Amino acid sequence: MTDTLSPAELPDFPMARAAGCPFDPPPQLRDLQQEGPLARVRIPESGGTAWLVTTYAEQRALLADRRVSSDVTRPGFPIPVPAGSGGGIGLSFILMDDPEHARLRRMVQAAFTVRRVESMRPAVQQIVDDMIDDLLAGPKPVDLVEAFALPVPSLVICELLGVPYTDHDFFQENSKTIIKRSVAPEERAAAGGRLAQYLDDLVGRKLTEPGDDLLSRVAERVKAGDLTRQEAAQMGVLLLIAGHETTANMIALGTLALLRHPAQLALLRETDDPKLVAGAVEELLRYLNITHNGRRRVALEDIEIAGRTIRAGEGIIMANDIGNRDPSVFPDNPDELDIRRDARRHVAFGFGVHQCLGQPLARMELQVAYSTLYRRVPTLSLATDLDRIPFKHDGAVYGVYELPVTW
Amino acid sequence: MKVRVDEDKCCGAGQCVLLAPDVFDQREDDGIVILLEVEPAEHLHASVREAAAVCPAAAIELSENA
Ligand code: SF4
Repeated sequence: MTDTLSPAELPDFPMARAAGCPFDPPPQLRDLQQEGPLARVRIPESGGTAWLVTTYAEQRALLADRRVSSDVTRPGFPIPVPAGSGGGIGLSFILMDDPEHARLRRMVQAAFTVRRVESMRPAVQQIVDDMIDDLLAGPKPVDLVEAFALPVPSLVICELLGVPYTDHDFFQENSKTIIKRSVAPEERAAAGGRLAQYLDDLVGRKLTEPGDDLLSRVAERVKAGDLTRQEAAQMGVLLLIAGHETTANMIALGTLALLRHPAQLALLRETDDPKLVAGAVEELLRYLNITHNGRRRVALEDIEIAGRTIRAGEGIIMANDIGNRDPSVFPDNPDELDIRRDARRHVAFGFGVHQCLGQPLARMELQVAYSTLYRRVPTLSLATDLDRIPFKHDGAVYGVYELPVTW
Repeated sequence: MKVRVDEDKCCGAGQCVLLAPDVFDQREDDGIVILLEVEPAEHLHASVREAAAVCPAAAIELSENA
């Protein structure tokens, strides 16, 4: 029981993973989960406290509860989130409540329908094939993050948004600065500012010379007076960052996880069953749950849950990584990576109205990336020791900074 | 089995379409759910139940013995 302790005595969140277990959530989280669904934690950056929700059912219930707010400006909201989470750039509708959230989200939702995303599959396949051609033609060992995991989703999101290919280096440089660990806060903010400015200019251009892309459609809505140009630019930054950082980390970390589980990798490499590939993607999303700092909210009213009362104005953090290892939902050894498991109920994309908008795109990209990479580079292997790989313990999204591979 | 969807709740993440494409679709212009089959055939029931369970916005309602 942590609720009778003073803030100084509470455990800090986020918690540290165990040495040598890069894929498992922190052991302390597991202990808390065994003690019950709710615990109190301290947020070291602010000294504030929040409820930590560790069990799957309670996480889903609270994420879907309209008495729980995503509005980051409300008092009690459990921020600051650790460095790297976007460098202080407003992250548009993910930090708002309905009706503003729904109003903005619905403007871009159409670009991410299952059908629309499926129609992009051949283009994504082409991007992946070209990247692998380059990879195989280049030197080895090579850093897979730089050579494959990052450029694939960033090319895809650029294409979707209508970022001209010639601006690609500028865009990639700045977004890399934003998500990098060793960057000073001012430098990160500057990179964020440059991206925001770039997006604003781009929206401006789309207003006068529209193309067949998402930003042009958003610009049309600006013209119609449905949203401001600033809202449009902010939405562009959100989609740009959310659209490549998460997927890039899933490609690289997922590859590392599979290289450490050769039997699973072999299964995936040898199958041509799209169902098994899709299932593997779900299982990797569940098992790795790269949004490791939890989903953060604040209570708008008193909420009774699991025999306790969360008071209005108290912060709530849903630890989705441990939720995805909840044995009551994933009964067959949830700590085991098993690509044949039915993992679709995972909460790696969140739950409730804020559930990831881009998930059909992420799924499709991961399916194409994983299945193509291991098939075309069957001897892919790690070119360094596991303990030399730099993990993003301190990043907003978990993953690896570098993944040296050879073949 | 009878299915109902609440368009106002739907946040368009498309989980239902992935799981039961014969029963759910999404509108072209805003991604909101479209119900294709109010009374889906027996063999689709399991996937419809799954779709209702994963729908993040509780936008899918089932009445089993209708
Ligand atoms: S799963 Fe639910 S929220 Fe998502 S598209 Fe279907 S009905 Fe809408």
